[in-house]
Order: sequence, then structure tokens, then C-alpha cells
Amino acid sequence: MKHVIIIGGGIAGMQCACTLADRGIAATIIEKEADLGGKIRSWHVLFPTFTSADEVLSAARRRLAQAENVTIRTGCEATKLTPKRVTLSTGEELECDAVVIATGFTLFDARLKEEYGYGIYDNVVTSADLEHMFNKGEVRLSSGQAPRRIALLHCVGSRDEKVCQRHCSKVCCVTGVKQAIELKKMFPTADVFNFYMDIRMFGPGYEEMYREAQLAHNVHFVRGRISEVSPTIDNRLQIKAEDTLTGRPLKMGIDMLVLLVGMRSNDWNTSLEAECGLKCQPSGFMQPKDSFLGNVESNVEGIFYAGTVTAPKNIGESINEGTAAALAAAEWISK
Amino acid sequence: MINFGFSINKPRTIDIDRNNLRKSNEIMHEMPELQTCIGCGTCTATCTAGNLTEFNFRKVHTLVRRGEYQGAYVEMNKCMLCGKCRLLCPRGINTRGVVMLIKRKLGDF
Ligand SMILES: Cc1cc2nc3c(=O)[nH]c(=O)nc-3n(C[C@H](O)[C@H](O)[C@H](O)COP(=O)(O)OP(=O)(O)OC[C@H]3O[C@@H](n4cnc5c(N)ncnc54)[C@H](O)[C@@H]3O)c2cc1C
Ligand code: SF4
Ligand code: SF4
Ligand code: SF4
Repeated sequence: MKHVIIIGGGIAGMQCACTLADRGIAATIIEKEADLGGKIRSWHVLFPTFTSADEVLSAARRRLAQAENVTIRTGCEATKLTPKRVTLSTGEELECDAVVIATGFTLFDARLKEEYGYGIYDNVVTSADLEHMFNKGEVRLSSGQAPRRIALLHCVGSRDEKVCQRHCSKVCCVTGVKQAIELKKMFPTADVFNFYMDIRMFGPGYEEMYREAQLAHNVHFVRGRISEVSPTIDNRLQIKAEDTLTGRPLKMGIDMLVLLVGMRSNDWNTSLEAECGLKCQPSGFMQPKDSFLGNVESNVEGIFYAGTVTAPKNIGESINEGTAAALAAAEWISK
Repeated sequence: MINFGFSINKPRTIDIDRNNLRKSNEIMHEMPELQTCIGCGTCTATCTAGNLTEFNFRKVHTLVRRGEYQGAYVEMNKCMLCGKCRLLCPRGINTRGVVMLIKRKLGDF
């Protein structure tokens, strides 16, 4: 039986394994965490439908459990690979007929944008932290009180030369609008402000969700990037921005600041380039063979990509690439 | 002539057809990075001069890029060249360099 190794058991890797199984090809998923699912494990509800992330993940898990000839190796990391062999952190070497890299992305470390005070001031949180709070069912200030005024800042760690991340992370605008709505549902009397430079609502239903945030939830949108955050004497936060649509500086006291952190490339990508002959893009994400006709293929025959390892993507796109990579690998093997 | 008490306002429109873009093109040629500005306003937000006076760095250089040079030199003179904006600009634009360049090019406007 032919055998494909999938590195990374996020949603893209899981989908890839199911598709391979359907085609009668054995698949092994190598996942460094203790559990499959990737980043989605930490999310609460998903844009644009507010479907629970758990629901999507459970469905993917059920399908995977029913698939035949899928081996799951959690808690071990892939360190090196060729199209025929994958080396694990345990020193073990696994043979195969093709490899799919579905190692996803890394969340931007908000501490690098020191001017926003993450890790310095209380009540400055990231979008990922906020998802954890939603999952716990409680969003509170460090004082235990409910926030009355919340600001969400777009493009933290994306589109920013100062932290060497030029690319747009694509999903954070949508996440920011989704989180603003969730916050308004939780605290109907609170004021919620999104500070943005461009609002990128690229998918079906996303622009409609943005309109809904404005119309039904009275979320305020200010076009300007926050320049700095400082603590106030009454333990709140003061933010400064330019309200670029009126051309005047703006300042405001808030209780909580949510930094919409971007998706950056994994550090491992550089060693894939240095040691495995694969190519990275200037953004650090892996370079597919062709942007139109070879999105899930790499420049090395027998090595394929699926999901956010090549660029920021939403869940639907990542799942589709899981399928596409499986089919491309199956075709290559049969040659 | 009889004075009817009316006057005609100067149009507020930025008339790209009438504006002479030569200086603007020269400026952009010397500092192409200025063209990468995404108008986020971080520079203006942090600018001490901009918080105390009408000075708006983003607006002035954007107007200059559209060929609206009137008053640009005087405005840019309000900049103290402190460089705070340069620390924050997400496009990494040498903002103080922009101030100096506009002043050099548009001293007669
Ligand atoms: C704050 C936030 C909210 C989001 N909300 C939504 C939403 O509501 N709707 C939506 O459509 N999208 C959303 N997204 C996008 C979504 O998270 C991604 O599309 C999705 O997680 C991509 O899946 P993936 O499998 O490509 O990568 P990942 O989820 O990153 O999975 C990659 C897996 O590979 C493993 N791995 C990495 N390197 C190795 C290695 N060397 N060896 C072994 N295993 C390895 C990792 O541990 C991980 O489990 C959101 C993103 C962010 C940042
Ligand atoms: S998706 Fe929006 S918030 Fe995210 S980097 Fe792009 S423009 Fe910025
Ligand atoms: S360098 Fe000039 S424009 Fe920039 S913040 Fe200082 S005073 Fe303002
Ligand atoms: S901070 Fe930079 S990108 Fe933003 S408006 Fe100012 S010059 Fe333009």
C-alpha cells in the first residue's frame, strides 16, 4: 500500500488524511502537540456564521476516526524531510511515497509592538487571548469588572516594516469585526471601537457581517492606526490615533484593548529552505510551485503543501487545500 | 462697477487636470518610499506639533503628492524634526527626510 506522511495535524492536515484514505492510500499524521486540530482548538465561534469552532473540529475528528489506514502520531515533531523519508524529533525515520507539509502558521508575538503595552499594562490582550476568554465564558478586566469601553486594533504585526512583516494576514479584519459583535452581545451597553487602516472583508458573508456590526450592534469604526497606549491614573488605558477621515488627532480612555495579531510564518520554514531544498517567499511562508496552477505543489517533486503554510488563509480555504494536496499527491504516486 | 455684494469662492476641488504635478513627481522620484504611505495617520497621532497646532504631516504630504503646494513649506516648518513619527510609521518611511525634501523643493510656495 502506498503511504503519504502529512506533517501537521491542523484542519488542513486532517482533511488531507481523510481524502487520502478515501483513495485507498495510507496516511500518517505527524503532530507536535498532544492533540490534533491546530489553532482552531483555541477559537470560540467562527466568522462569518458564528458556528462553534468545536462543532467544526468535532466533525473533522469524527471523519478521521472513521477513515481506514490513518496513523496519528501526536507529541512528535518532524525535523527533516525528503519526498521519501521524514525524520522525527525522536530520531526515528519514517519511509513514505510522498510528503504533505501542513504545518500552518505562527501567531505574531504582540510583545514586539512595545508601544501597545502587551505584557506591560493590564487589560491589553490579543485576539487569541480574547478567544480563550470567550471559551471560558467570561471576559473581565483585571479588576474583575466588566469593560465599558473596548478598542480593537487591526494589523498588529502585519503590514508593518518595523517588525519585518509586510504581508496582510487576511483573516484578522474579519476576526476583529466578529469579536466586536461578540463583545457587544456580551456587553450591550459597552462602546466598542475598531481602529483600522483598511477593512478587508474578502469572503462570502464577510462584508454583510461588517454591515451588521455597524447597523445592528453600533460598533464604531475609526480609520486610523493607534500610535501608542499609556496607563491613566484611574487604571484605565489611554490611546492615541489620528481620525484620518476628519484629519484630526484623537485620544480616548478605554478599559480594554484587543490587539488583532497577525499570522506569521513558522520559524521551521527557514530550515525547510536551507536543508530540504524547498523555497520560501519573502514573507517567510513557503513558496508554492505556481500561484495559479500549482498552489499545493512545492518546487520539489513529491512534496506538497496544504493550508496556511503557504499564506494566511481562512478555514474553508485551508480545508480545500487539504483535499487538493491529497489528490495531487495521489496522482503523483500513481505515476 | 456696481458691487452687488457677491463674490465667487475659490473652488475647493483638487483639480488634478490643472495642478502641475512636476514638483510632486520630482519629490516622489527622490523619495519613492513616500508613495508607499497607507495613510494610517500614526505619524499625525504621535506628532507633538500636530497635537497642539493644525499641523498634520500626513495631510500636508498627501496634498503635496496631489500637486497642492500652497502653504506646504510654511506647514512643514512647524515640524520640530523630533522623529517620533519615524519610529512608528508602519511603512518605515523616513518621515523627517520627507519634511526636509518638501521644504527644499517647495521653498517658494
Ligand atoms: C485569531 C484568529 C481567529 C481566526 N478565526 C477564524 C474564523 O473564525 N474562521 C476562519 O475561517 N478562520 C479563522 N482563522 C484562521 C484559521 O485559524 C486558519 O485558517 C487555520 O487554523 C489554518 O489551519 P492549518 O491546518 O493550515 O494550520 P494550523 O492550525 O496552524 O495547524 C498546523 C499544525 O501543524 C503542527 N505543526 C507545525 N509544525 C510542525 C512540525 N514541525 N511537526 C509536527 N507538527 C507541526 C502544529 O502544531 C499545528 O497543529 C483565525 C485565525 C486567527 C489568527
Ligand atoms: S486582514 Fe485586516 S487587520 Fe489583518 S493585516 Fe490585513 S488589513 Fe490588517
Ligand atoms: S518629526 Fe515632525 S512630523 Fe514627525 S512627529 Fe516630530 S514634529 Fe511631528
Ligand atoms: S505613519 Fe507612515 S504610512 Fe502612516 S500616514 Fe504617516 S507616513 Fe503614511
